[in-house]
Amino acid sequence: MPISDWFQAREERTYIPVDSQRSAADLPDGVWVKCEGCKKTIYQRDFEANLDVCPGCGKHADIDAPTRVLLLADAGTFAETEADITSADPLRWTSGKPYATQLETAKAKTGLTEGIITGRAAIGGHPVVLGAMDFRFIGASMGSAVGEKITRAFELALAERRPLVLVTASGGARMQEGVLSLMQMAKTSAAAARLAEAGIPYVSILTNPTSGGVTASFAVLADVILAEPGALIMFTGPRVIEQTIRQSLPKGFQTAEFLVEHGFIDAVVDRRELRDRVSLLLDYLNPGGE
Amino acid sequence: MARAFVMEFERPIAELEDKLAALKRLDVSGEPELAAEIDALQVAIIKLRDTLYSSLSAWERVQVSRHPERPKTQDYIETLFTDVIELRGDRAFGDDEAMFAGLGTLDGRRVAILGHRKGKGTKENIRRNFGMPQPEGFRKARRIMQLAGRFGIPLVTFLDTQGAYPGIGSEERGVAWAIAECLATLTRLPVPVVCVGIGEGGSGGALAIGVGDRLIMLQNAYYSVITPEACSSILFKDPSRACEVAPALTMTAEDLVRLGLADEIVPEPPGGAHRDPASVLIAVREAVVRSLGDLEGQSRDEIVARRYARLRAVGVHTEGGV
Repeated sequence: MPISDWFQAREERTYIPVDSQRSAADLPDGVWVKCEGCKKTIYQRDFEANLDVCPGCGKHADIDAPTRVLLLADAGTFAETEADITSADPLRWTSGKPYATQLETAKAKTGLTEGIITGRAAIGGHPVVLGAMDFRFIGASMGSAVGEKITRAFELALAERRPLVLVTASGGARMQEGVLSLMQMAKTSAAAARLAEAGIPYVSILTNPTSGGVTASFAVLADVILAEPGALIMFTGPRVIEQTIRQSLPKGFQTAEFLVEHGFIDAVVDRRELRDRVSLLLDYLNPGGE
Repeated sequence: MARAFVMEFERPIAELEDKLAALKRLDVSGEPELAAEIDALQVAIIKLRDTLYSSLSAWERVQVSRHPERPKTQDYIETLFTDVIELRGDRAFGDDEAMFAGLGTLDGRRVAILGHRKGKGTKENIRRNFGMPQPEGFRKARRIMQLAGRFGIPLVTFLDTQGAYPGIGSEERGVAWAIAECLATLTRLPVPVVCVGIGEGGSGGALAIGVGDRLIMLQNAYYSVITPEACSSILFKDPSRACEVAPALTMTAEDLVRLGLADEIVPEPPGGAHRDPASVLIAVREAVVRSLGDLEGQSRDEIVARRYARLRAVGVHTEGGV
């Protein structure tokens, strides 16, 4: 389905009614949502108008890539690129669930062809290359196709001297493509380094959750790194760390706030201010210092 | 009798060896039958080992790659290079002994050296964190990459790690940033880079020093997106099914050559590199010297452009409905 249909679908999407066991019958479908943070019920329309941020506690709910593009790009400016790139099943992976089946399910569920959408867009009037990962698509893990789309986004930004803005959310490297996925970390990092050499700005926005091989490659090689409040950003997942060190982890560990405190990201930015912040940044960062 | 570490799949060999050792303790003079039995056992052991090693599974190779007696980065540094100078510290936080960094001379060539450094024995392993670097290890590595680039010194790296250390400190000090910065530097380094997989090649921690113009793999070394145990834990909530997922992960030297990621395999004797370290060290030396020779005479721009093209070709996807 073309990306424009997706934006259509956004208008029609439904939410699971709150506390379905008791009150589902009393509520019309899709009118209420429940905040995962404060557990309060929110009018769906208010929630969406607030960009899926809880008006009460400020909790940022996870959003999909088409929604992300809608709220970052100037209206009507997004033109998707490389939409026909999709995963093969090069290793014919069948451990656990067959990869081919997982891909089919993810495509049907999301209407996307991969875990990231990329394209040309404008943000606050600045022409950019914009990419957004979609966690619903096999955790937006990075296999060959995701790695290729990201690399091409870097190359397009370089060729057209447009700043690159990437919004990450990913479980890391995609296990089902084995060592080919690992190598995408190197490929995307090379592309990022090449863009930096040319003096084209790159802004990354880390959203919940960003982890593993994506964190440890292109995601953190940006000139400016922003993150959404409360986003979990890590290399190794908390469960693995706890198993290794056999003690529980400090509160707030691996959150965006934790990372800004430790000096690894530039700012935690509320989703409702993100477009303006990126636009302002791009006022300062001109390709090649022009 | 205290016995050396025995890998599960070598247990039949170990049993024969025990039997042989018992027989050898007996007085064989005037016992020709006993002597004949000893001879037969020795032949049987060699045959059994040859058979087992002629068709090792991926999981068996992982076990060999982890064998405690397997030659380590330190052995390669001591044997292959002369005039070695170790360079320590990341200039920011500390020195990570899980990562070796330094300069050395190989066949008359001045090179920079990086390598994951596992220890020999418990004490050394604790100091070296079992070869699992923390951010300062990767930052030290990057410092030496930059030094090599600045002075036009080719870089040789030795991969042998289960991965970056998964701890609180690692995350607090930005291990993801440290690895990513290594990748950005290494992939654009304007000097020849030769990587050698000598044992374990676990995930981002291996990759951070494992991207170059040539990848040489020992026959039983692996290079993987994730360890088989961790993969099994994710898929089945149970690390013990590692043997099932190992082949799927395409992580052996042969897999890497087939996928076009590795250039050359250095054969190991039956039983693994630790059975005849000298022959393996010599073969690795030859392979590295040859690779460095092949990469000579390119301009800095050519080196960087070729490496980018090499990386650019990595991956399999479909496009345009094909």
